[in-house]
Amino acid sequence: MEKPPIVCLQGVTKRFDDVKAVDSLSLDIYQGEFLTLLGPSGCGKTTVLRLIAGFETLTSGEIFMNGSRLNGTPPNKRNVNTVFQSYALFPHMSVFENIAFGLRMKQHDTKAIRGQVMDALDIVKMAGLEQRMPHQLSGGQQQRVAMARAIVNKPQVLLLDEPLSALDYRLRQEMEIELKRVHRQLGITFVFVTHDQEEAISMSDRIAVMNEGRIEQIGTPIQIYEEPENMFVAKFVGEINVFEGRVREVNNGSAVVDIHGEAFPVQNRKKFGVGSGVKVLLRPEDIQVTVEDEWANGEPSLVGRVEEVIYKGKTVDLIVKLHGGETIFVTQFFNEDQENVIYREGQRVHINWLYGWEVVL
Amino acid sequence: MIKSRFRNFSIGSTMLWIIVFVVVPYVFVMLFSFLERDPVSAVAWKFTLDGYRELLSPVFLKVCWYSLLLALGTTAISLLAAYPFAFILVRLPDALRRMLLLLMIIPFWTSSLIRTYALVILFKANGIINTFLLWTGIIHEPLSMLYTQTAVFVGLVYTLLPFMVLPIYTSIQKLDWRLIDAARDLGATSRHIFFRIILPLTMPGIVAGSTMVFLPALGLFYIPDFLGGARSMLIGNYIKNQFLTTGNWPVGSAASVILTLIMCLFLYVYFLSSRKAHTGGMGDMA
Repeated sequence: MEKPPIVCLQGVTKRFDDVKAVDSLSLDIYQGEFLTLLGPSGCGKTTVLRLIAGFETLTSGEIFMNGSRLNGTPPNKRNVNTVFQSYALFPHMSVFENIAFGLRMKQHDTKAIRGQVMDALDIVKMAGLEQRMPHQLSGGQQQRVAMARAIVNKPQVLLLDEPLSALDYRLRQEMEIELKRVHRQLGITFVFVTHDQEEAISMSDRIAVMNEGRIEQIGTPIQIYEEPENMFVAKFVGEINVFEGRVREVNNGSAVVDIHGEAFPVQNRKKFGVGSGVKVLLRPEDIQVTVEDEWANGEPSLVGRVEEVIYKGKTVDLIVKLHGGETIFVTQFFNEDQENVIYREGQRVHINWLYGWEVVL
Repeated sequence: MIKSRFRNFSIGSTMLWIIVFVVVPYVFVMLFSFLERDPVSAVAWKFTLDGYRELLSPVFLKVCWYSLLLALGTTAISLLAAYPFAFILVRLPDALRRMLLLLMIIPFWTSSLIRTYALVILFKANGIINTFLLWTGIIHEPLSMLYTQTAVFVGLVYTLLPFMVLPIYTSIQKLDWRLIDAARDLGATSRHIFFRIILPLTMPGIVAGSTMVFLPALGLFYIPDFLGGARSMLIGNYIKNQFLTTGNWPVGSAASVILTLIMCLFLYVYFLSSRKAHTGGMGDMA
């Protein structure tokens, strides 16, 4: 991304009384990308959105849009629009009037307004419902109207504040696909706020994981999931197993880590020295489980007992209690040549993984 | 069993009260309005429309017209005073807001008749206001404030203002402030936000408050009596005079029936607008 950013936050701090909601945060947002601010509630992600929209004033720092300083510009003068968490549709206006509201504030040509509203309704697949009142719509339909009301103004940046959180699971999945489609179709920049990591991973071009007013890590969903930079990101995004270990020896770019007396070769990107304590992180699906009887080779492994077998259809989830003390969570995909492998509770199993699939912190 | 007996008793006693002290007297009023006047027994049991015919006189029509204007004026002034007040009230810190609401309500624990007398004491030629102004030397002879149109307005607005403030306060309190964020986000200026969002959404409060001020303002007879003297005759005074001074019960009754009909008309309008506001659907928003 060599292009200059469309929105640029520099050392942005927002303080509410004594609480720092956003703490000297810097972030570049690029034209056309789908950027997600992901974090637990109270991490400041919504405040960042409200600062970009202009609803909150900065305590310190600067926000630029297209290179010009945005501090102090009121929301109605910014070329951004927001889709609010619970939609905030105007209850006394029809769907048409809700969508036309932004256009009416700027122009007076009723005919042109009508055309643009109809186009927006088409984009969100709500054509024909323009005369309904908001309370006559389902949650998903209200969501679509809220989208249309924002995009009809052709903003450079669309801000979405947990827009899917009020919908049930199935509808949420449907709207995720819809949002992606609208994003592709319009080519405008989306800044999406959510606390749902699955939502973030499946929709975003880039994810900024936030915690306590700061960005913990920013990167593509794959980077965030596969190469978390710290424990917060690792634990917040997806399930992860943590093994405490100590570096036994260091080679060129790799290391040997001692976990419960077994020597595991790992990648050593962070250049840990011999003797330093490390955490070896593994996603449930990256762990291999082999039942005792079939464990033939002498490779390093951890031994444990199956405590729980949860059949999920596509996968089988195991909870394994290791002799070392940890309880770990493993997901095994059914695979053609291992069809007969059926795990039972109480079985003794060996745990290992392929070199390089681990994350060492 | 006991519960339902208690319920029957409480509903029954309320019903009995209403029947004895509201329905029965009103049936008499309606009945009397169709009877003939009798110098000895007030009414003679003979059907006639004379009571209503007399109301077609220019005197009564003028009284009606003047009453409507006064009630409308009172409503308008109350609305203009109450709306900003209610708006400020909603945004004040809790403690201050509760105190102001209490200050507004406390006078209502005193009879409004006594409060009207208090206004007379303020407005009199040798009343508190004049005495103070003379003492400071701002004026050299007493202002005539009592028995003016202004005094009547002041009295009516003073008495009825809380009935305007409270419904408007409630409707502003229910306002979803995120809608204002949404409107600003869509490019609305403060003026747009007020006229297109806040005003329509608080309209139920405005209509309720206006009804609660307008209807009593039509009928309150003692305020114009005390503060306006004989100069301003209202429907209320007219009815009172027919019964107590002129002794013309059929005309007084007929005027009462007309007043009731006017009020019913306004209540119907209120009912229609509140039903519309309801199906406008604020409650359904998540």
